[in-house]
Amino acid sequence: MNYVIIGNSAAAVGCVEGIRSVDKTGGITVISSEPYHVYSRPLISYLIYGKTDEQRMKYRPDDFYTKNKVTPLLGVTVTKVDYEGKQVLLDNGSSVAFDKLLFATGSSPFVPPMPGLDEVKQKFTFMKLDDAKRLSEALRPETRVLIIGAGLIGLKCAEGIRSKVKSISVVDMAPRILPSILDETGAAIMQKHIEANGVTFFLNNSVAQFHQNSAELKNGGTVEFDVLVLAVGVRPNTKLAAEIGCKVNKGILSDNRCATNLKDVYAAGDCSESFDITEQQYRVLALWPNAYMQGETAGIDMAGGDKSYEKAIPMNAIGFFGLHIITAGSYYGDAYISRTEDTYKKLVTRDNLLKGFILIGEVERAGIYTSLIREETPLDTVDFELIKDKPQLMAFAAPERAVKLGGAGK
Amino acid sequence: MKRVYVNEKWCLGCHLCEYNCAFANSGYDDMVKALKDQKIHPRIRVEEGDGVCFAVSCRHCEEPLCVKSCITGALSIQDGVIHVDQDKCVGCYTCVLVCPYGAVMPSPDGHAIQKCELCLTNSSGEPACVKGCPNQAIVFEER
Repeated sequence: MNYVIIGNSAAAVGCVEGIRSVDKTGGITVISSEPYHVYSRPLISYLIYGKTDEQRMKYRPDDFYTKNKVTPLLGVTVTKVDYEGKQVLLDNGSSVAFDKLLFATGSSPFVPPMPGLDEVKQKFTFMKLDDAKRLSEALRPETRVLIIGAGLIGLKCAEGIRSKVKSISVVDMAPRILPSILDETGAAIMQKHIEANGVTFFLNNSVAQFHQNSAELKNGGTVEFDVLVLAVGVRPNTKLAAEIGCKVNKGILSDNRCATNLKDVYAAGDCSESFDITEQQYRVLALWPNAYMQGETAGIDMAGGDKSYEKAIPMNAIGFFGLHIITAGSYYGDAYISRTEDTYKKLVTRDNLLKGFILIGEVERAGIYTSLIREETPLDTVDFELIKDKPQLMAFAAPERAVKLGGAGK
Repeated sequence: MKRVYVNEKWCLGCHLCEYNCAFANSGYDDMVKALKDQKIHPRIRVEEGDGVCFAVSCRHCEEPLCVKSCITGALSIQDGVIHVDQDKCVGCYTCVLVCPYGAVMPSPDGHAIQKCELCLTNSSGEPACVKGCPNQAIVFEER
């Protein structure tokens, strides 16, 4: 059996480990355009900041490929998949045959057309190790940085480079920061905190015209900058899959075994869609844990095992300048809110279920909340008053605790 | 595999497990030096409620969500024990987000996470919480 994985990040590693839990001998080839041992992309901001280094960023130990009998083809790009001929074609002219194929192609920065963008010489996206290295080289203590996009990528970049540069301005069309994970109140708390660390925001705004070192804003005013970072959003890499007839919505469509509509072809991670149980719909969940678990599911099924991934939910753990945020699920429903000067908690319930939450500042034991969402635990079976106060196992009935802590029912 | 299990009805709520945990992971060989006037940060925590109390520490799950979700690869399974490489960890708290038991926690300085590793990597060599429990409310055994 020959397995080919296009991609070399979380979903690819999940797939390798999934395959090897079932099939110890089949050939596995991992192909990636990036010439690096598998590393953690979310750590690139920590790399610039100096909290990690290239060795510690490696997502798996140096012997990962050898130990798992994987042939890594790194620095090589797949140009085309020949589905009928069961092979992938590479930019170095060679090809690799497959019996089972996984698309773990991830996503790419999306840069919308903006007037005058071509005039800007020092512009960067912020997604890959090479992006971080190039950006890092361009930064000086006197550098003024303009970031387009107040989402997770743009603000993680801001945090990572803050101590290296003179100033950071962030422009976003949205009226609040981190709109994909926070509500208005949470966003306002985070914005205040990030501003206090020296970042200036221009929200509800966009760039009307770029010049080489300045940006005229739509709502008036001009931001001078030396370096521009484009962090507007990402798009799933679906081209190779679409070309061979895989169904593609926003991401590649795959079922709960991560199989696409084509036999022997699977998709996992940021290039694909997952069924979000909190919104009851397929959507791209571009999240590291989701990518790993989808990849693992795909790998086990590709190798003839039996695994299904049915508990996908949006969820994020992220911090900025020492203030932590943990969020999960959907925010449609009845909200319970508790707020102090430094903390914010919002629990959202609907139909006797916890559907989502936002925690800022105080995040301890958040996984107990996440578990209630994932497992769709009926709230009338737990003591919700205790849960509201803080996440705790005390809220579960004693027999349930005997399972969780006492190994009952094993 | 041997794990730490809770016998809830025997727990006195004495918190000795927390002190023994903090001591075992302190790096000191003298309990007074390790704990006197210190705020302790044990990896096992006692929950107390209306006439009920029990200790919670890492379950060393066979399908650990924390390991699968870890964005850095700092969490791994070593012979069944969930281990954290604190040097690799950047303290993103994704494991705190996913642990259904609330058993992974920020380390005191907040720059990484900490969790129970069954005292296999410290001087105790066996779970100090269990060793010091006066009422067998936590036990280290196969179940």
